Amino acid sequence: MSNSIALKKGLDIPVSGPADLKIAKTVAPDIVAIQPSCFKGLVPRLLVAEGDAVLAGSPVLADKNHPDILLTAPFSGTVKAVVRGDKRKLLAVLIEAGAEQSAVDFGAKDPGKLSADEVRKALLASGLWPALVQRPYGILADPAAKPKAVFVSAFATAPLAADVDFVLAGEEQALQAGVTALGKLTDGGVHVSVNGPGSPFEKLAGITLHRFSGKHPAGNVGIQISHIAPIRKDETVWTVSPILLAAIGKLFLTGRLDLGRKVAVTGPAAKDPAYVQAFPGMPMAALAGFGAGAPDVRVVSGDLLSGRDAGADGYLGFFDNQVTLIREGNETELFGWAKPFRFNQFSATRSYFSRFLPKKRYDMDTNLHGGPRAFVMNDSYYADVLPMDLFPLYLVKACLTGNIDDMEKFGIYEVLPEDLALCEYIDPSKNCIQDIVSQGIDLMLKEMA
Amino acid sequence: MNKIFEKGGKLAFLRSTVDAFETFLRVPPTVTRRGTHIKDSVDLKRIMIIAVISAVPAAVFGMWNVGYQHALALGTTASLWQNFWFGFLKVLPLYVVAYGVGLAIEFASAQIRDEEVNEGYLMSGMLIPLIVPVDIPLWMLAVAVAFAVLIGKEVFGGTGMNIWNPALLTRAFLFFSYPNEMSGSGTWIAMRKGETMIDAATGATPLAFLGDGMDALTHAGAQYDTSFWTLFWGGVPGSVGETSVIAILLGAFILLYTGVASWKIMVSTVAGGLLVGWLGQIAGATDVPAYMHLVLGGFAFGAVFMATDPVTSAQTETGKWIYGLLVGAICVLVRLFNPGYAEGMMLAILLGNTFAPLIDWCVVNRHIARKNKKAKTA
Repeated sequence: MSNSIALKKGLDIPVSGPADLKIAKTVAPDIVAIQPSCFKGLVPRLLVAEGDAVLAGSPVLADKNHPDILLTAPFSGTVKAVVRGDKRKLLAVLIEAGAEQSAVDFGAKDPGKLSADEVRKALLASGLWPALVQRPYGILADPAAKPKAVFVSAFATAPLAADVDFVLAGEEQALQAGVTALGKLTDGGVHVSVNGPGSPFEKLAGITLHRFSGKHPAGNVGIQISHIAPIRKDETVWTVSPILLAAIGKLFLTGRLDLGRKVAVTGPAAKDPAYVQAFPGMPMAALAGFGAGAPDVRVVSGDLLSGRDAGADGYLGFFDNQVTLIREGNETELFGWAKPFRFNQFSATRSYFSRFLPKKRYDMDTNLHGGPRAFVMNDSYYADVLPMDLFPLYLVKACLTGNIDDMEKFGIYEVLPEDLALCEYIDPSKNCIQDIVSQGIDLMLKEMA
Repeated sequence: MNKIFEKGGKLAFLRSTVDAFETFLRVPPTVTRRGTHIKDSVDLKRIMIIAVISAVPAAVFGMWNVGYQHALALGTTASLWQNFWFGFLKVLPLYVVAYGVGLAIEFASAQIRDEEVNEGYLMSGMLIPLIVPVDIPLWMLAVAVAFAVLIGKEVFGGTGMNIWNPALLTRAFLFFSYPNEMSGSGTWIAMRKGETMIDAATGATPLAFLGDGMDALTHAGAQYDTSFWTLFWGGVPGSVGETSVIAILLGAFILLYTGVASWKIMVSTVAGGLLVGWLGQIAGATDVPAYMHLVLGGFAFGAVFMATDPVTSAQTETGKWIYGLLVGAICVLVRLFNPGYAEGMMLAILLGNTFAPLIDWCVVNRHIARKNKKAKTA
């Protein structure tokens, strides 16, 4: 079964530096970081001490609220350091790779023959459970919950995002095992959204296939859910990224934890942007050849809209398969806003003339292009880049005022900050809309707990 | 920025002002810290400068027209440049006062709130001289601007938070506080000291003839022509910028092309005006055809520059249609049934501003109710 949904609203930001579809390098990192901050809702409890030996799949951290939920080491070695920040907040556990790799054997199983409980246990033990994101709110999935359905977005539209078809080419078997396993955890089935022919997901059995077309954020799973089956109050759904779905599949096929993934190194400041074979938690220093670590280059784990500024000495996020390198726009520009033409600046509005150069890709930088102001433009200005049936500015203002009833009414259950990232990008008042939504979600979590 | 302007510096009380001028001259080196790492190159400065440019044709034409009406009323003729120069010297002080007073308050408020100066007033200051009688005493204008910016905007939190359009609030303040200077036949044509109109000339604007019907309107016998096409190109007395529909349409083109203003509001305002004008005509309230209302008085100016203010107009797409219809309809309604004060546009838009949140509230709630109902049946 499949159905087509064409989304008209949205915006593809023409930023330069897409990754060539080739593997430029295999990163064999000497150190990887396990970063609890990647997981919203996780309260980390340390299970190892510095100097402990770990195998690939050995537990490193657990969630204090759900002790079953583990974060495990992506490969074997020794715990080198536990990095803490202010108030002793646990930032990362660094693991130094051993000379020889060995992994915990979880036992290869046919997911089709497992019960829901067995699937759940396997995911929890291997440390792949945190790959499941629970909506509303985008938090760690609750092992005791039964979600309405599981959603997978099998294409990405974010600026310079990794090509899912390329990244997962040849992984059909793992994907099939993954969807079969996750299908056990819900009665609503696994919904997969693709955007064109040739996706490795098309031939999978036991899924509900949806076809989407349109500009960013059509590839955001939140947008897709809102068109397939909007999340209502008291409902939960789970989402999983396609690369982690493949990892789940491999767990069942081989019995081992394999988080290796193709990572797109992209961006206007990236030299010869291409893919690397790497692990989550890989140090960005391994990308020095692409220009990471050069002065005034920001290293973003993820895409330019919702990614995290990891820093040249930081680490790749658990969910990310993209690194974007971008120049810091910390220069002044004389008469910038007043110039009639600025051919090297892109604007989605017609206040500049970039629409006459539809093919051009821009060497963007991180300049704010203005200063923070109160909201001046009205709701429909922002709604133009949000293909969802809601009023973005009303939702944002409800979050700003902390009005629970209004947040509920205007659709806080349906969105994550990333879904409104484009509203933030086009905002002439330069408000941090994702931050505002995130604070709204935090408030909901606190009040609804 | 020099350190003495930073917090704790000797001249820290000028921080917002210095920042405003600095960022006016060049894009600051600020980079994104949270959220998206890249930002669209559009900012409020760009949006506001486009809005200001869109009003330039109306302002330039208005300056010329001030001189032209002056010459007509004296029964003399003057060259294009003489007319423009006369008007320029008349209008310039209005701009100095409008921008001077308004921006001073804006800068002070920004400093008190420790924010950057918002560019919103650039547009208000551009519009205010265009919607007042050219001979308005400057101190009155100063008081009105201060009222509009302080009570109409800053008390709500500044640009983006205001309920009413500040430029129109200035005009409303003048209208209710100093009615003698804002209406009547001595108001609309600029005169130098000691000059008097020739006997055959009238100081009334074409709107004054509206109540007497189409015949009186088109054969007013004034020193200026009152046919549709004259009203269209704008060689009639009135507020500085409101008379020429051509100049206003030029501005509308800029606003609509750049997407700064909403075409829905413009179209629905015109539709509302035409609808009520037509109903009035078939009901026998007037014999003036509906289309005349579009070229008379401040209708076109209000529909293009005032009703479309993104802060004070309706927020939602459906709301914009309703809001525009309301503004256009009420304007013509006032014109038809209140001949004593025939210009309804100002109050129509202010009323529209007042109702815009309610309209949006209804639109949004209706939409959400329908969505929830659909979700329940699905």
